[in-house]
Amino acid sequence: MDLVFGSVVLGILSGGIYALMAVGLTLSFGVLEVINIAQGMLVLVGAYFSFALEHYWHIDPLVGLLVTIPALFLIGYGIEWAFLRPLRQDRVALSILVTYAVALVMEGLIGLWFGDNFVAIHAWYVDAAVDVFGLYIPYIYILGFALAIVLLGAVYLLLYRTKFGAALRATVQNRDAAVLIGIDVQRISTLTFAIATGLTAAGGMLFGATNAFNANSMLDLISRLLMIIILGGMGSMGGALIASLIMLVSVDVVSVVWTPNWSTFAFFVITVVVMVLRPQGLFGAPPARKV
Amino acid sequence: MKTRAALVALTASTLLLAACGTTTSTSSAAKSPIVIGVSVSLSGDFSGDGKAILQGYQMWVNDVNKQGGLLGRKVQLKVVDDDSTTQQTLTNYTTLIGTDKVNLVFGPFSSLLTIPAEQIAKRYGYVLLGPAGGAPNVFAEKYKGYAFVQPASVVNNLLTFGQMIDALPAAQRPTTVAYATSNDPFTQPQLPPLQAELTKDGVKSVSYQVFPDETPDLTPEALKIVHSGAQVVVLGTTSVPQVQAFVQTFVQQHYTPKAIIATSGPDQGSQFATAIGAANTEGFLVPSGWTPTANTYQNGKFVREYLAKYGGTANAIPGDAPEAYSVGQIMAQMVAKTHSINNATLIKALHDTTFQTVQGPMKFGPYGAPVGGGTFLVQWQSGATQIVWPTSIQQANFEYPKPNWK
Repeated sequence: MDLVFGSVVLGILSGGIYALMAVGLTLSFGVLEVINIAQGMLVLVGAYFSFALEHYWHIDPLVGLLVTIPALFLIGYGIEWAFLRPLRQDRVALSILVTYAVALVMEGLIGLWFGDNFVAIHAWYVDAAVDVFGLYIPYIYILGFALAIVLLGAVYLLLYRTKFGAALRATVQNRDAAVLIGIDVQRISTLTFAIATGLTAAGGMLFGATNAFNANSMLDLISRLLMIIILGGMGSMGGALIASLIMLVSVDVVSVVWTPNWSTFAFFVITVVVMVLRPQGLFGAPPARKV
Repeated sequence: MKTRAALVALTASTLLLAACGTTTSTSSAAKSPIVIGVSVSLSGDFSGDGKAILQGYQMWVNDVNKQGGLLGRKVQLKVVDDDSTTQQTLTNYTTLIGTDKVNLVFGPFSSLLTIPAEQIAKRYGYVLLGPAGGAPNVFAEKYKGYAFVQPASVVNNLLTFGQMIDALPAAQRPTTVAYATSNDPFTQPQLPPLQAELTKDGVKSVSYQVFPDETPDLTPEALKIVHSGAQVVVLGTTSVPQVQAFVQTFVQQHYTPKAIIATSGPDQGSQFATAIGAANTEGFLVPSGWTPTANTYQNGKFVREYLAKYGGTANAIPGDAPEAYSVGQIMAQMVAKTHSINNATLIKALHDTTFQTVQGPMKFGPYGAPVGGGTFLVQWQSGATQIVWPTSIQQANFEYPKPNWK
C-alpha cells in the first residue's frame, strides 16, 4: 500500500462526507442570508437519530435515512419558522446568535436524552473494506461519497430544473426583487432551510459511522464546516464540495508525507492564500451569490 | 404570533438553564457550609471525563455530609464549567477564589487544565488537589500546595507495559512497535520512557508520530501504523473518539497488532465498548490506578454507591470518578488531621502524611508528585476489564497475542 495514494483516496472519499455536512450551511447562507451555527449540532442530531434507530430498533443506518431525512426536514422547517423568519434586519449577525442559541438548546436536549457518553454507529459496511491495489477502501467511505454525489446532484436538479429552483435562485440573486415579481420568498426560505437540514441527516449518519461522538462534539464540527464554506465561497454548493476535498486531502497528505503537526496548518495556508487572491472564496461570486 | 412568542420564551428559558455555567449543590441544614470551588469540563472535548470527575466529587460530598461534614460543617460544591479550555479554567479559578471566596478548591480534568488552575491556586495560596494533572509541566510549577491524586506520575504510567513485554518468553516477545501520541501534556510524556525501555529490550521503534490533539481526521496516522506493520501499538490518546478513529482504520485495513495499549479511552468503561464495538475491546490494554475490585480504603462502599446512584456495572465505572473521590478523601483526612480549613495549614499537612484512598495509599513529594506508588495494567477480556500486571495482584493472565478484530 502506498501511503500517499491511500491518503489521497481516503481524503477524497471522506471529503464527500464533509461536503454533505457543509452543503446545508452554504445553502442556508445563499438563500436565507443566515449563518447557521447550529449546523454542527444538526449533523449530530442526524447522527443521534441514526444511532438510535440502529442501536434500539436495529434499523440499518442507510435504511434509517428514510426516517431521519424527513425528521430533520421537519426540524429545519420548525427552526426557520420559529427563529429565523422573525429576523428582519441584520440577518447575518443576528442569525449567528440565534442559531447558536438553538444549538445550545439542542445540545442540552440531546444530552438529556442520550447522556454524555461517546457513541458510534455500527453497521457491517462501516468496518468492511474492498482491496484496491493493496489499500483497503472502507465501504462506508464509498457509500458516503456516492451518497454525497447523489444527494448533491438531486439538489442541483432541484435548483436548475424546477420552477421552485428558479424561484430559489431568484431569491438568492435579490430577495427584494424576488418579492416584487411575486415569489413567495418566505416559503422558499423555509423550504430551503428544511431541505438543507434534511440533507444534513445523511451527513450526520456518515459522521456518526466514521467518528465517535457525543452532544459536545458540535463546536469542533462547526468550526471545520465554516472553514469549508469560507474557502469554497459562501453560498456555493460546488464550492463546498471542492473545499471539502481540499481540506481532507491536504490534511491527510501533509500528515503522511511530512508531519501531523503541520497538517491543519497546511489547510489554513491554502485558505489564507485563496482569501488574499479571491476574498469571496473559490466559487463565491460577489456581489450576487450563486448556489 | 403568540405561539411563536411562547416558543421563543420557552427556548430562551431553556437556553438560560442549558447555558448557565454555574450550578450549586445546596445543603439545607448548615448555616455556614464549607464551600469547595470546582471547575470541571461539562462541555467541550473533555466533557466525558469532566462529568465523571464531577460524579466523584458529588459522591464524596454526599458521603462526607452524611457523616456530619468537615469540622461539623456541611460541605457544598460550587461547580463551574471550563468548556475544556485553559482560558476558561484560568477565569473560573480566579473567580472562585478571588470573587466567590470559596473556602477550598478541587482540581479540573487533565494536565492541560490543571496548569492554569495551579497557577491561580499558587497566587492565592490555596491547596489544590488534582485528580488528573500529573504531567511533568504541572510539577514544574513547583507549587508546594499541589498534589496529583493518582498512584504514579504520568511519565511512569506505561512502564509497567514495558515490564510485562519484557517478561514474555523470548520466542513470543515482539520485535517492532509503533507509537502515535497526541501532543497533550498528559499523554506525550508517557511514551518516551516506554520507548527507552522497549528499545533497551530489543523492541525496535518502526513509527513514532505526534499529532495535535485537535486533529480532525486520524486516518493518516493510523495508516502510517498499518504501513509500518508493527507488532505492538502504543497510542497516546486523550479520549474515546481518538482511540475509536485508530481502531476503525485498523479494522478496515485488516491490521491486528499482537498487543495494543492506549493511555486513555479504554478506561472509560461502557462508552469505550459502545464506541469501538464490544467485540473489538478484546485484548485492549490501559494503564490504571484503580479497579472496582481492589481491596483499598472504602473502595467497596464507593463502588456500591456509584452503582446505586448511576447504574451500570462495576466495570463500566469511568476511572475519573474514583480519582475525584480520592481528592475528597484526602481533603477530609487533611482537615481531620489539622482541625482546620486554612489553606496554609493544609499545605503543611500535605507532604508528611500517607493518605488512604479508594486508589490505595498515597504520599506526595515536595511539588505534588506521588511517591512510591505505581500503576497496573488492565486488559479487556470477554467484555470486562481484568488486572493482568503486576502478577502480585493479577486477576487474569495477559492475553497475548491479541485476537483479531471482529
